[in-house]
Amino acid sequence: MKVLVPVKRVADYNVKIRLKADGSSVDLANVKMSMNPFDEIAVEEAVRLKEKGTVSEIVAVSIGVPQAQETLRTALAMGADRAILVTAGTDVHQDMEPLGVAKILAALVESERPDLVIAGKQAIDNDMNATGQMLAGLLGWGQATFASNLEIGDGQAVVTREVDGGLQTVSVKLPAVVTADLRLNEPRYASLPNIMKAKKKPLEEKSVSDFGLDLSPRLSVSKVAEPAGRQAGIKVASVEELIEKLKTEAGVI
Amino acid sequence: MSVLLIAEVTEGALARDATAKAVSAVLDLGAVTVLVAGAGVDAAAADAAKIAGVTKVLVADDPSLAHGLAEPMAALIRDVAGDYTHFVAPGTADAKNVLPRLAAMLDVMVISDVMAVLAADTFARPVYAGNAVQTVTSSDAVKVLTVRTASFQPAADGDAAPIETVSVGADPGLSAWIEDRVTESDRPTLTSAKIVVSGGRGVGSEENFALIAALADALGAAVGASRAAVDSGFAPNDWQVGQTGKVVAPELYIAIGISGAIQHLAGMKDSKVIVAINKDEEAPIFDVADYGLVADLFDAVPRFTDAAS
Repeated sequence: MKVLVPVKRVADYNVKIRLKADGSSVDLANVKMSMNPFDEIAVEEAVRLKEKGTVSEIVAVSIGVPQAQETLRTALAMGADRAILVTAGTDVHQDMEPLGVAKILAALVESERPDLVIAGKQAIDNDMNATGQMLAGLLGWGQATFASNLEIGDGQAVVTREVDGGLQTVSVKLPAVVTADLRLNEPRYASLPNIMKAKKKPLEEKSVSDFGLDLSPRLSVSKVAEPAGRQAGIKVASVEELIEKLKTEAGVI
Repeated sequence: MSVLLIAEVTEGALARDATAKAVSAVLDLGAVTVLVAGAGVDAAAADAAKIAGVTKVLVADDPSLAHGLAEPMAALIRDVAGDYTHFVAPGTADAKNVLPRLAAMLDVMVISDVMAVLAADTFARPVYAGNAVQTVTSSDAVKVLTVRTASFQPAADGDAAPIETVSVGADPGLSAWIEDRVTESDRPTLTSAKIVVSGGRGVGSEENFALIAALADALGAAVGASRAAVDSGFAPNDWQVGQTGKVVAPELYIAIGISGAIQHLAGMKDSKVIVAINKDEEAPIFDVADYGLVADLFDAVPRFTDAAS
């Protein structure tokens, strides 16, 4: 079976983000960019399914700036077979909404005909947690979000999901969309030979204009601001003083 | 304007706190109708009707809705749709599963984790794990949003609103529930706990994490860990607090042997009170802590546990 894995290029999770002086967005100039961590988990899961013989082909897709090609090369180095880059513009500060991304992915699903889409549950930049669910809704496919375990059976996937207070296991008919949560696996680091090999794997380039879709954004961002700040508090000298403060001053124990 | 608010229902019972917080978030947006969907949810509907500000309750009672599966839930809400201008739910795992699917079916963009309703079309929401707050205005005809419950107080009790039954369409049959496994632990879950005790790399080993767990148990708290501790194999993945782990905002967060990497701070800095115990007085965690104790955790934590037991 064939798996499609969408991956997003985002500011590295270890970067302390700064805001632009005009408050219009986060400043991404000269910021280290990486593959969205949840998307790495999605790629890893697809690769493991291929290693088990369940999956025959993995197609990685990224929609964004031309530099997302690097993110796709990472996916190829991890074990994806080929990649599709859909260029949406050259401004790194333009973040396409999940609805637009899902519409492009739905069009790619029509042409690629995968049996399964594995996506990260959420991008750590816009934190929308929406693309996988929206794609499933547009396609009329079943969905299993926040997966911590995935087993492929006959015409279905059995997925354990991270829900509030525990785990829920569901079966979902294939084709389906699965979104990866943190516990699904621990992604591998690509080895140097695989990084070299990835440079020779096919990477097809498209443009959003090729799809003839109305992708005009529905949300306009008028301001990006610092959250309410936190002041450093006081230092206490002993455990006893700490407990005393927590009881009487903060009233939390 | 009018709101259809999807109640959070857990095993047939109303999750009142989450639902009532979402109600208070949207009271300014017009009459609030609450949709209670599930199997055997009459009592849940009666409970929802008593939340102040709720003008009507719709009950959808059907076996296909028993486990909150996204496909029948999204189809139900779309079928109920009518003239509502806003579709709203508390930002629980269930709602985050269902509402983006609904939004795509309605061809509108979902707005996740709303922290403040600034106007009928304008909302504040966190991005970059809460390290920035964006103000967004939606041009869509209807708005679909999930509400960050930690940002709102629950609506009080009020007079009982009328309850109506709505019909439920055929199950799309795309997925099926197999089982729920509620975490088998006497400890509260990380994301709902009033107190969280977390350990970092400074704890040193998996065995030493027993010190963290003992303090958590003495305080009735959940146990968390930094990514560094998880990556070092001291603690399981699902204990991870941080940008790529769980984002928590308890009444009290106790960080032990945690230096305070950006990725960790992003997951806990909305906690009401933060305590840091670390032997390195230069550790960045002290910059966000309300109470800092510069001490050897192997000395301080057992004494804290003894005093709290």
